[in-house]
Amino acid sequence: MNWTHIHWASWSDFWAMGGYGFYVWGSMAVTFLLMALEMWQARQARLHTLNQLQHLMELDAQDAAAAPAHTGSAS
Amino acid sequence: MRWFHYAAPQTFYGLAGAWIKPLAVLATAFLVVGLWMGFAMAPSDFQQGEGYRIIFVHVPVSWMSMVIYLAMAFWSILGVVFNTRLSGMMTRALAPTGAVFAFLSLWTGALWGKPMWGAWWVWDARLTSELILFFLYLGYIALTSAIDDPRRGDRAGAVIAIVGAINVPIIYFSVKWWNTLHQGASVSLTKAPSMATLMLSAMLVMAIAFWLYTIALVLYRVRTIILQREAHTDWVREHVRAHAPGGLA
Repeated sequence: MNWTHIHWASWSDFWAMGGYGFYVWGSMAVTFLLMALEMWQARQARLHTLNQLQHLMELDAQDAAAAPAHTGSAS
Repeated sequence: MRWFHYAAPQTFYGLAGAWIKPLAVLATAFLVVGLWMGFAMAPSDFQQGEGYRIIFVHVPVSWMSMVIYLAMAFWSILGVVFNTRLSGMMTRALAPTGAVFAFLSLWTGALWGKPMWGAWWVWDARLTSELILFFLYLGYIALTSAIDDPRRGDRAGAVIAIVGAINVPIIYFSVKWWNTLHQGASVSLTKAPSMATLMLSAMLVMAIAFWLYTIALVLYRVRTIILQREAHTDWVREHVRAHAPGGLA
């Protein structure tokens, strides 16, 4: 296999895709756009979850400070 | 048993974390090589000219849309039989990627069908069963996110995942069973492929890239789900203390 062999004569040749440019690039663009969005969304979900858990832990810590001894009596 | 040890959410969280980066690096490498082979080196098709190059994404995303559904069914069966917590989490982590790939299969298929068949869409057995697959993913996601109790949601979702898996062999064999406009399989285990070697290699390299991408992303996503589900445990609290962006002194 010749790795440096390039099928295209020019860049415009490449972008034109023999007249199928719209279809080929429309497929590629949406595929990679959705994959990028998916990765971004997964990252946001992780950060959101970490923030949320951290917030809950801060609330717990405040509760513990306000009532240092859990005596079990109803207040 | 060893397997159950690895299936414990805390152990799996660590394992998954270690695998994500190497998988992502490999996925990128395969993607770059696959795109180079498919879009720089591969010759034109004698019938479809350059339009056939849609195959380099269409076939991998379509395969993954089917494989991911089978993986969801597999995890769901494990969940039903062994009642392991990880099963439901894995199934949920797989679903969004499966839905995206099923959509992309339809999208790239439409963009391929238009110039070659003259139609964006036909009610052909292959296309219709793939559309049903897309709806099964959406149904799974809608159902599991509508049920507040996670374990009950897992069980309800498992029913869709297991029953819906019947559709996967239907998609795969549809081009054999019915007289479809969609062409038959380009690659099969039983006969020589009907494609030039370089085209075929490029497609397989792309398929490996999409496999690796899927595994990396699903592991990433399942880690978030594990954190949510295990929020009450000491190890998650420790982990959040160490990793939360705000930093908890």
